[in-house]
Formats: sequence, structure tokens, C-alpha cells
Amino acid sequence: MTRRWLRIPSAWVTPLGVIGAVIAAFWIVVAFTAQFWVPFDPLAQVLPRLQAPGIDTIMGTDALGRDIFSRLMTGAGVTIPLALMLVVMSMVVGTLIGAIAGYFGKWVDEVLMRLTDLVMAFPTVILAMVVAAALGPSLFNAVIAAFVVSWPQYARMTRSIVLGLRTQNYVMAGRLLGFSPFKTLRVDVAPNVVGPILVLASLDVGTAILLLSGLSFLGLGAQPPTAEWGSMISAAMANFDSWWIGVFPGLAILTVVMAFNFVGDSLRDIFDPTSQMSKARAR
Amino acid sequence: MTDVLNTMVPDAEATAPAVLSVQGLTVGIGPRKAPKPIVTGISLDLVPGRIHGLAGESGSGKTVSSLAILGLLPANATVGGSITLFDADSNGAGPGGTELIGMRRRALNRIRGRRIAMIFQDPSSSLHPQLTVGSQLTDHVRTHLKLGREAARDRAIELLTRVRVPNPVEALGRYPHQFSGGQRQRIAIAIALACDPVVLLADEPTTALDVTVQAGILHLLRDLADERQLAVLLVTHDLGVMSAIADEVSVMRHGVIVETGPREQIFGAPQHAYTRELLESLPSAQGADTPSAIQKEAGR
Amino acid sequence: MSASSNDLLSVTDLVIEYHGASVVRAVDGVSLSIAPGEVLALVGESGCGKSSLARAVVGMEKPRSGSVSYRGQAVPLLGVRRRPTAFTSIQMVFQDPNSSLNPRIRVGAQITEGIRAALARGEAGSKPEEWLERVGLPTAMVSRYAHELSGGQRQRVAIARALAARPDLLVADEPISALDASSQASVADMMRRLALDAGAGLLFISHDLAIVRLIADRTVVMYRGQIVESGVSERIWEDPAHPYTRALLSAIPAPDGRGILPAAPAAEAPAEWRSALPAALDRV
Repeated sequence: MTRRWLRIPSAWVTPLGVIGAVIAAFWIVVAFTAQFWVPFDPLAQVLPRLQAPGIDTIMGTDALGRDIFSRLMTGAGVTIPLALMLVVMSMVVGTLIGAIAGYFGKWVDEVLMRLTDLVMAFPTVILAMVVAAALGPSLFNAVIAAFVVSWPQYARMTRSIVLGLRTQNYVMAGRLLGFSPFKTLRVDVAPNVVGPILVLASLDVGTAILLLSGLSFLGLGAQPPTAEWGSMISAAMANFDSWWIGVFPGLAILTVVMAFNFVGDSLRDIFDPTSQMSKARAR
Repeated sequence: MTDVLNTMVPDAEATAPAVLSVQGLTVGIGPRKAPKPIVTGISLDLVPGRIHGLAGESGSGKTVSSLAILGLLPANATVGGSITLFDADSNGAGPGGTELIGMRRRALNRIRGRRIAMIFQDPSSSLHPQLTVGSQLTDHVRTHLKLGREAARDRAIELLTRVRVPNPVEALGRYPHQFSGGQRQRIAIAIALACDPVVLLADEPTTALDVTVQAGILHLLRDLADERQLAVLLVTHDLGVMSAIADEVSVMRHGVIVETGPREQIFGAPQHAYTRELLESLPSAQGADTPSAIQKEAGR
Repeated sequence: MSASSNDLLSVTDLVIEYHGASVVRAVDGVSLSIAPGEVLALVGESGCGKSSLARAVVGMEKPRSGSVSYRGQAVPLLGVRRRPTAFTSIQMVFQDPNSSLNPRIRVGAQITEGIRAALARGEAGSKPEEWLERVGLPTAMVSRYAHELSGGQRQRVAIARALAARPDLLVADEPISALDASSQASVADMMRRLALDAGAGLLFISHDLAIVRLIADRTVVMYRGQIVESGVSERIWEDPAHPYTRALLSAIPAPDGRGILPAAPAAEAPAEWRSALPAALDRV
């Protein structure tokens, strides 16, 4: 059943969505395989320092004589899996909390929604600094800090969808047939929440990558000598005339964030009930 | 109004000259190369003072046909055939009348709302929720008839009085949501009549209303058709409504008119099998000999 | 209507209020009852409180005061918890067929949920195909999705799902008003037949008096939250006693082709429609 309504007719997919999906897939493959095929050890300081891009080192070397290309490719394996993990965690926790708030309503809703309001009021970077101060700066702690502030958007969206569904006739019909709350959520509610949440999540991957790189850039995330894009850009600041040190990680962040946003946008078009495509599907 | 129209008696026969003639109208929706046919060739004549009923089930194309007359179809619609307005008042009308299909938007806008007006099933959708009834009525009159503020206001009061909205002067300052559904439909009719149209298209005008309110609107439509020599196209699925006020009836199915004729004939001696089927499905046609009635008798 | 011990459903002095900017009393002291194997129609204009009453009967609406009891037991409010199994023998058919079915689940599986409810009460099992057949749909439809069906077909599936739960009491809230005119009478008649075949009571809510006359044993006419007339359908139809019922009946246009405009009330909502007329109640 799920496969059936997730199918994406070829005519509907925007070219940007396809390009985005290809780039995103490329980076995910790189993230998980780079360590096996990069030409140099990303941490080995064996090459001439500050060497401009050339035949041996296509993206040049940094101030410590490390190969930028190797660091960039393995860096994908640091940021992207953590960003995906962050998004999945936020999605699961947020959706669950939102579904409970929306379904049970009344004081449960009141308490959970005030909690999300409270959490949403935290400035992410300051929170990350607090976590870094408490637990020590590391990329994993940055993920925890980002998680704390990123689940509420899922909770809010799920809650509003569930609130709308609660009065749908078919949901009422199920309850009149004696469905348990869990069965109602599983059968009548969840399938309608999946689409919008997936859209939000795919748009959120880009944001999560930016956030983690940003925290690393500020020194609150990945610590030296880890090859991480944000900290690579941070290191480039010291050698401003060696443009290649900062530009390539910057381009990496740009392409991966844009790719996930394109994917999210075209998913939104596909799931949007007011769009032409969904109407065609509903008919 | 033209002299021709003024000399017409209310009981003019269907043979009187039509003010709007639809010939072989086709409407397709979808890509231009392969449009999905919605209306596949309908012809009907609207005569001043007469109410022409267009009956049919949902999906038969009756609403699309009425929208096509106003040129209100979506951009991906393809329209064919001919819709001719014989009205001396509209610009460029020769003896052959004005062809509406293929007319330029600006020219069509002059006819739309002024010579041909429309009312819908849901009056709220044609009334602006955040403007007073007075400003909606007077704006309309002032744009199309170039009346001054005072004259427009007098005209608005006159119109509201005509459609029997209680306390017309006070009603001018109120908003649509402050009226009942029936009153809103009356206001929508007043706006439609504001520029003395010759043709009124009514798409399910009473379907959303309670039956007691519906009766009042039907009386109003009949009276207006008679006294203003309005040619009315009444689109409805309700054969009771059709029987009450339509003079001629066309029955539509799958984009074509299967039968057209005077009301008495359609209801009394339907020729087409589909018309008979529609009439037989009515609860009043299922008299004392229906299974349920027998069962009911037995169970008592 | 006096409640007797063998009534399937009895509603006593029911009051339902909605609290918004002001308090709206949708149902204002209504009492009625339904016996097994009886079809009771509830008619009235939109906003007269008939839908609120229907929702209260199945437990979807919390009464301000008064009671709704089914087989002598108070109908529990449909809260967040699972509905007590005993009460799944009250089923409902909704007005809008488009939102009555889950768009993501096959028709057959949705009817199966009804069958499960019947099994859970210890009633006999059945197959979805049987129910499709009974509501006049091809059995092959079990594998379809709601969006592949027409409005009338969806409503028939919704009726099949409700009946598959083998209800004692079927509440239908304007089940035919969204259907095409040609199928309204047949669907209404089918509902009557199927409900009575199962020995169930049917509370049929409608604004269409012509249909109501066709299928209801008794009729209750509501106006502004109160019952103005009630009794045997034929009696009310042939000799309406209350001014509102009279206005309602005479406003129905007859599809006889004679071109007679139905009588329109002189004013919108005249005061006499609200008058209480004891002689118009419980007519036999």
C-alpha cells in the first residue's frame, strides 16, 4: 500500500528534484565509502604545506600538509551520517510527541505544546555552547544540542495534521467500530502524516548539515584534527590567501544542502494535496 | 431594453427569437492536443421571459456548459461551437448577434456581468466576505453603468427591495455573514440584476437552501423572469425545482443533451429512456407499491 | 414519546449546547425512542439540531443535560479510550461520502474492520464480498481504493462497513444528500431494507421529506432544537398539524410537470413555527 502512493510518476518529477536526488545520493555514497578510496590519509601531514591544486593534489593541501581532497571526501562521512541521524531522531521523537498531543488533546496537548514552545525559544548556538561547556565540545554533543531544538517542528506539524484528522468521518467510523487509540493512530492517522513529515525531514537534512558545520566552524562541534567541513573552513581563515582551503569545503556544503532542498521541494509538490499531481492521484 | 423585448408578452412561446443561442458547444479540459471531452455538442436557445432548465446528474457537464457561456472555464479548457448573444445593447452586435466564443477578454468582460449575469449554488462564494453588501452592490453598478454615488445607492436600495431583502437601507451597511443563506442568495441575485442583464445563468441556485427558503427563491426567479423579460438558464439536478419553474427542459447526460422539450412533455411524456429513468428514480414515483411500502404495511 | 423498557434507544430531555462567543443551544430538551426493527426519521432544516442529536446518540457529542440510553444503558462518550465492545452495535453512516473512507486502505479491508467488530461481540463472521453484494456493488470492488469510486459507491461502501459490524441500531446522518438524485431513493430504500433484515433500528436523518415518507415508520420534525411534530409518517404527511410541518410540506416542489410553484412562507422563520403544539406530538 505504501509503495503504491509513494510511486512518483515520471512526468511529475521536476528536473531540479532529479538533480538534487542524484547529488544527494552521490554524497551519501561518498560519506560511507570515502575512507576506502581516498588517495591520502586525511590526517597524515606528509605533503608540502599550502600547495595549490595540481596534478597530485587536485584540491591542494592545507597549512599542515594534509590533502584537502581526501579530507573533504572523508569529511562527508563525518557530517552527513550525523545530520541524517539528527533528522531521524528529531523526526521520530517529534512525530510521536505531536501525534500524542494531537490525538489525546486536552491537558496532554496543553503540556506537550507548552514544552515545544519552551524548547523552540532556545537559541541553538547558545544551547550548543552550554552543552559544549557541560559535556565538552564534540560533534556528538553538537548533535545532542541540535536535537533538543529541532524536534518541535515535527511535533507541531504532526499535531496539526492529527487534529485535522481527528474529526474526519473515517477516523470517527473506526472509533465507532471499537478501534483502540493505537490502532486509530496506526491505521487511520499515520499514513496521512508520513508524506508531509518526509517532506519536512528532507528539507531539514540540509539545515542539519549547515547547523553541524556551523557549530564545528565555531569550535563547538568536531575537534581537530577531525576532517570536518565546518572546521576545515574555520582553519582556512588563518590562511586567507590560500583560497582552496576554504572554497572546496564551502562548495561541498553548498551542493549537499541544495541537493537535499531540491529533493524536499519536489517531494512537497508530490505530496501537496492542492497540487495538480495529488489531485490526479486522488481521482 | 430594446423595443423587441418590450413588446414580448410573458407567455411568449418557445418560438420567440432567442436572446442567447448555443449551437454545438463542445468543451474539453486538459492538454490542447488530447483534451478530455466534458461537453460534446449541446445546443439550446434562451428566450426572454422564459426559464430554460438544464437537468442532469453530477458529471453530466451541465455546470461546465453554463460556465462556458460566461467564458469562465479554466485556462486549460478548449471550447468549440458557437454561443451567440442577440442583444442590441452590447457593442458590435450586428443583425447576426455577437459571437462569444473566441471573443477577446476585454470585450467579454463588458458582456459578462452586464448583459449576462450568473448566480451560484453557494452565494457566499460570490459575495466578498469583508465588504458590506452596499459597497458590493454600488461598486458593481458604478463600474458598469457609470452612475454617481447617490444614484448608485438609490439603485442598490431599489434592487434589494426588489429581491425582498428586509430593511434594505440597513442591509446596505451589513456584511454577507450577517445574513441567512436565503438572504445571501437574494443579495447575490440583486448583484446579478444590478446592470439589467438580458440573460441570467443560475447554477443550482437553491440546492444549498432549506426547502422553505428555496420556495421563496423560486418565486423570486419566476417573477423576475416575467417582469424583466430575463432569459434564464436554470441548472439543477432537482426535478421538483425543474417542474416548478422551468418552461423548457433539457436533460443532459455524459456531455450531451439527450432530450429537450416543453416542461409538460418532459415530465408527462418523456421520449428518451434516460429521462424516464430519472423520473422513475424519484421518491414520489415509488408509490404505494414499492417493496418498502409493502413491508411497512405488513409490519404494522 | 414515552420510553418503554423494550426500546432499543431512548433519548430523554436531551440538551446540547455549544460554547463559542455565545452559548448556542443546538438541541433543546428532545426526547425520542426507537424500537428494534423500526425506522425513525428525523427531519428539519439545516441547523435545527438534528445532526447534533445524531452525534449524541452514538456518543460523539457530550450532552449538557438529559440522557441517551441504549438497551437501558447510558451510551458512553467517545473519548480517547477504546469504545466498549458492547456499544459497537451502534453504528453510524455519515453525510459526506468523500471523507467516510480511509483513502489509503482498500475497500475490502475497511469492511473487514466492520466484520471484526461483529466478531468481537461474538456475532457471526462474514466476508466483505457479501456486504458489497448486499449494498449493490460488484464484489471485485474489495481491492479498490476510495478515490477509484464515485460518491454513491463510496457511500454504499460506508453503509456496508457499518452493517458488517452487525449493528442493532444504525444512525444515518443525511446519508443521501450528497448523492445524485437518481440514486437517493434507491440508497435510502436499501438502507431501510438492510436494517430491517438485520432486525436493527434505523435513525435516519434527512431534510428530504419525500424520501423520509418513503422509508420511515415514524417521523420526528425538529425546528430550532425542539421537536415540533412527531408520529406515524403517513399521518404527518397527509395531515400535518404544526404550522412548521405544514410550511415544510407545502414548500416541496412536486415533480409533476405542472409548473406549480411551491408555497413560500410569508416571512423567513415566522414566530408560529416555534410555537409548542402538544396535539402535534406522538401522532398515530
